[in-house]
Parts: sequence; C-alpha cells; structure tokens
Amino acid sequence: MDLSFWILQFLNAMQYSMLLFLLSIGLTVIFGLLHFVNLAHASLYMMGAYIGISVAAMTGSFWAAFFLAPMFVTLIGAVLYFTLIDRMRTAGPMNQVLVTFGLIFVFLDLVRMGWGDIALGLDGPASLSGTTRLLGVDYPAYRLFIIALGLGVMATMWLVLARTQIGAMIRASVENTNMAAALGINVSKLFFLVFCFGCALAGLAGVAAAPILSATTTMGITILIPTLIVVVIGGLGSLEGAIVGSVIIGFMETFGAVMIPSFSAVLTYALLAVVLIWRPQGLIPARG
Amino acid sequence: MKNIATKLALVTGLCLNLGFTMISTASAETKVGLLLPYTGTYASLGNAITEGFELAIEEAGRTEEFTIVIEDTEMKPPVGLAKARKLVYQDEVDVIAGVVSSGVLGAMRDFIHQSQVPLIVANAGNNLATGENCSPYIVRVSFSNGQINRPMGTWLSENGVKTIYTLAPDYAAGHQMIDAFTEAFTAAGGEVIGSEFTPFGQTKDFGPYLTNAQASGADGIFVFYAGGEAINFVKQYGSFNIKTPLYGSGFLTSPLYVEAEGDAAIGVRASLHYIPTLDTAENKAFIKAFQAKYNTMPSEYAVQGYDAALALMAAVDNGGVDRATLASQLPHVSYVGPRGPLEIDPATNNIVQNIYIYDTVMENGALTQKIIDTVPAVRDDVAGCQM
Repeated sequence: MDLSFWILQFLNAMQYSMLLFLLSIGLTVIFGLLHFVNLAHASLYMMGAYIGISVAAMTGSFWAAFFLAPMFVTLIGAVLYFTLIDRMRTAGPMNQVLVTFGLIFVFLDLVRMGWGDIALGLDGPASLSGTTRLLGVDYPAYRLFIIALGLGVMATMWLVLARTQIGAMIRASVENTNMAAALGINVSKLFFLVFCFGCALAGLAGVAAAPILSATTTMGITILIPTLIVVVIGGLGSLEGAIVGSVIIGFMETFGAVMIPSFSAVLTYALLAVVLIWRPQGLIPARG
Repeated sequence: MKNIATKLALVTGLCLNLGFTMISTASAETKVGLLLPYTGTYASLGNAITEGFELAIEEAGRTEEFTIVIEDTEMKPPVGLAKARKLVYQDEVDVIAGVVSSGVLGAMRDFIHQSQVPLIVANAGNNLATGENCSPYIVRVSFSNGQINRPMGTWLSENGVKTIYTLAPDYAAGHQMIDAFTEAFTAAGGEVIGSEFTPFGQTKDFGPYLTNAQASGADGIFVFYAGGEAINFVKQYGSFNIKTPLYGSGFLTSPLYVEAEGDAAIGVRASLHYIPTLDTAENKAFIKAFQAKYNTMPSEYAVQGYDAALALMAAVDNGGVDRATLASQLPHVSYVGPRGPLEIDPATNNIVQNIYIYDTVMENGALTQKIIDTVPAVRDDVAGCQM
C-alpha cells in the first residue's frame, strides 16, 4: 500500500463525488427554489444515459451524445413541468413524493419497452480512451474528464449564483419567494428555468456516467438513494451543501470499500442518522 | 402495465384453452408452468429462457401437446412462492420449469417437495438445491454454482497461475462460486492471497476494488459477476489498464452482453457450460433454428430453457404422464444437446455436463468465444444429498 495506491483511491473517490455532485445539485436547487421533492430526478439521469447511447449510435460520436442528451432530457423535464410538476407545487410533500415516485416506474417501463432489459454500454470518446499520468500514477483519462467536468460545473454554478443578476434572483427567491415576487422577479419563469437546468444536469450526469457504469434499467433507482443522502446531509437547497455532501459520501463510500469493506454499506447510513439527529437541517442549509 | 397485459394474455389463453379442450377429445396433454422473472434486474434472463423453451417445443412440433402457463416471479422469493402455489393449486400444472434466482428457489423448495410437483430448474445455481436440500422433485438442467467454478480452479493452477485475488458480489451465489473456485485452486496447489465481496446490486464503481486487487500483486484476478455488474466490471478493468490477467466465471463475458463490454473483454479467460461457438452438429442446428426464430444469437440462458423443454419431452416420451410419473422419469434423462452430452445424476438430480474454458477474442471485427479447453462430464459431489 504505497503512496500511488492512495492517490489512485483519492482519484476514485473524487470521480464518484463529482458524479454525485452533478446529480444532487440539480435535485437540491429544484428543492430549494420550488420546494418540490422530485424523486423522478434519478429517472432523468437514466434517460440521459439511454438517450446518449441512442444518439451516439445514430451519429457515431460521443460528443454529439454528450451535448444532445442533456437537451433531450431538458425537453422531457419541460413536458413534466407543465403536465405534472407545476400542478403539484402546492399539493404538499407527500403527494409530490407519491407522484414522482410513480414517475420512476413509468420511466422504468418506458426504458424497458424502448431499449430492452439488457444492460447497454457506451464507448467513451477515443481521445479519452487511454490512461493519463497524473501525480505519478496512471489513471483512466475519461475518469479525469469526469472530475474536471464536476469541478467545472461547480465553479460555473458558484459564479452564476454569487456574481450574476440571475444568481441574485435565485438566491432571493430561495430566501423568500413572496418577497422576491413582490420585488418584481418573475418567480414562475425563474422556477421553470431552474427546473430545466436541473434536468439538464441530470441528463448530463447520465450521459457522462454511461461509459463507466453502463446503462441499466435499475441505474436510476440505485443512484437515487446516495443522491438523497447527499442532499439531506448537505442541507436541502444549498449549493455548498451539495458540494460538501457529495464529497463526504464519495470519499466515505470509496475509502470504506477499500479499508473496511464489510462495513462500507452501513457507513453512509450511520452518517445519515448522525446528521439527522445532530443537525436535522443538514450541514450547510440554504436558509440560515 | 405488464401485469395487466400478462393477466389479459392469461385470461385469453385460458379461454382459448377451454375452447380447445371442448372440441378435442385427446387427453394426453401436459400442462407446464413457466416460473421466471419478467420484471426487474434479471428480466432479460427470464425472456431468454422462455425463448429457448418455446423453441424446443415448436421444433419438436409438439405445441398442441404442451400447454404453457407463464408466471412472473419478479425476482422476489415471496412472489415466487405465491406464484408456485397458484400454478399447483389453481392451474393444476403437471410440472413447473424455470426459476432464475437461488433466493426464489430456496423459498419454493419445501413447497415443491411437499406438493410433489416436479420442478425443472433452468437457471438458479444454488449448490444446496442439489446438495443438502435436494429433493426427488427438483431436477436441475442448468448448472450448480460449484460446477462452473471448480474446473477453472484446477485448470488455472495447472496452467502456471500460482496466486489469485478474488472478487464477487456479496450474496449467496457470489460466495458459492468463489468458495468452489478457491477450494479447487488451493487443492491443486494455488494460493488465494486476497478476497473481497462487493455490495450486491449497489456497486457501480469497481475502481477502488480493482486498485486493491492490483496492489495485492497476485498473478491473476478471478471474479464472478453477471449482467450489468459484469459489464461495468470488465469495462472498468479495461479502462484502468490493469496488467494482472482477468479470469472469471463464464457469466463475466457471456455472449449475451459481451458486445457492451467491448475491447476490454478481449483476453478474459472464463469457464462456462455453454459457448455458442461450440463446433458440434447439435449446436449448429440449435443456433440456426434460434436465429431463424428470434433473429439474435442464443445465450447460455436460452440453452438452459431449451434443455429444460428437451428434458421434459424426454421424460414424457419415457412414460411421464402426470406429476408422479414425470418426477420419477426426469432424473433418468440423458441426451446430446447444444451444450454436448448431458445426463441427470440420479444421486443429486443435478446435471452432468462439460465445462468449457474459453477466451474472448476479436474475429472479423466482432467479439467471439474461442474454446481453449474442455473439462468433460463434470459431476457434483453428493454433498449431503439424501433422496
């Protein structure tokens, strides 16, 4: 167990954290702003992977899939928004959870009808197919790309939220929706935009994960639980919370699997329990 | 949706059946319950087994002689048991075939044993079902977990591999597969220097485990993974550019999904009970018929379904007309199928079959299987089975 071993595992943990971040950030921002628990977020992730595979098969290019899949997923998100989400906004969390939980099964069967039950793979771009030497270890280039992608999205989101007018509008609406509306912010338009953006990120996470994890009908359900844990630990609705939560869970699952494999499955749930008792609002909640 | 569709199909099927029996006076009809997962992780296996089963009956031109009732286990032991009860009491089937999950098989075992309805297992590999918990009413035409892996342990040791690191999902089958391999490998002089079991159905990223396996410095990595986990594992093994050779239970590079694994599967050596590239007349005829009907290559799962139907028809030909006579005839079935020579071992009711050790190679731009060795007529120990 030399240094290069730990560097490799560190990169593994980073890569998983970034994937969790891409998923949880969409979920948490939608919740923070719309107060809507969208469990179907994980299904949009799955749609991103499957649509990406189809686009790549049709165009023969990974990059076409990488850019088009999030757009298609956004379109699906927009349809969902107008048919269901918008109507359910005031229906209370229990109804929202039931409706979006139902949507998970709808998407599951749609994927089974459209793509079948057999797991599908997606080839990553040729330019990222080998390994790259970094910090003295050889690491798959595509995984480094995911780390970079996550960090890029993280930086962009921080800039947008902290430094732009639309960011200020979003922060204001998260803090107090009625007051923001009274100040002349078109809140419903903002809601729609943020929802679409969250869906696009879910689609992006799906297509980015497909070359590593392959696409299966259960991929949405399996990723939903870690994503929800990230959001709950980090604090619902906050960007910093999603960052901290995904890094904690990513590192905990990776190093747990390496060092105490028989306990790795329990670790995250134990942490969740501790956080819920000690800080039920999450580590970095959106509203102080 | 699916459930309603299945029910509708069933109702229609029942009505048609009723109509049929009213006109026909022939009574030599065998009613078969196909009990398989059609939803969930292993739905593709259930479908493949059904395809193989139906093909065999059709090929023999005996579709009118066998009535098939299809039930979905949903891969859940309690559902599987409830559906088995339904098949036995409500549909009054003569024989049940199928069962993909060892968990479902475990849940059904006592019920099958007590109700004395013969069960032809077409996938579930749990060693116990033809070992300690064997039953004269349970006959297995697929494989046992030990049967697939023992030959590979001996073979690797004989071919110069001295140390191995093992990985498998953390559930009954994963443990049985690895235990059987380890036992044979160490008996032949090898040493297992590290072993890990990954959370079943939750592990998507094998990077941390692969890094561990490589750091162990073993001569080779031996793993059991199937389905989506196998695809992820092999692809990630490839992407980390690991120099330690990869060996596995043949499900790792099954023809069913080897395409999705791509180039990473090249050079992976594994052992399995059926390889589509087997050069025998029986296999060629089977593949031709399967492709003509379904327009795709058959997998080992389709063959298991096919053989379940062949075994059933053989038992009927030997005088099996009802539950009791079918149960007494099934353990004495033997024939040459797509997999090669097959027989049921009456001491355990498990199948005796060849195990093939194969390489996945690239030929004419497509991934295919090259058989490098055959271990003939692998028979399981009696292991505490008392009929």
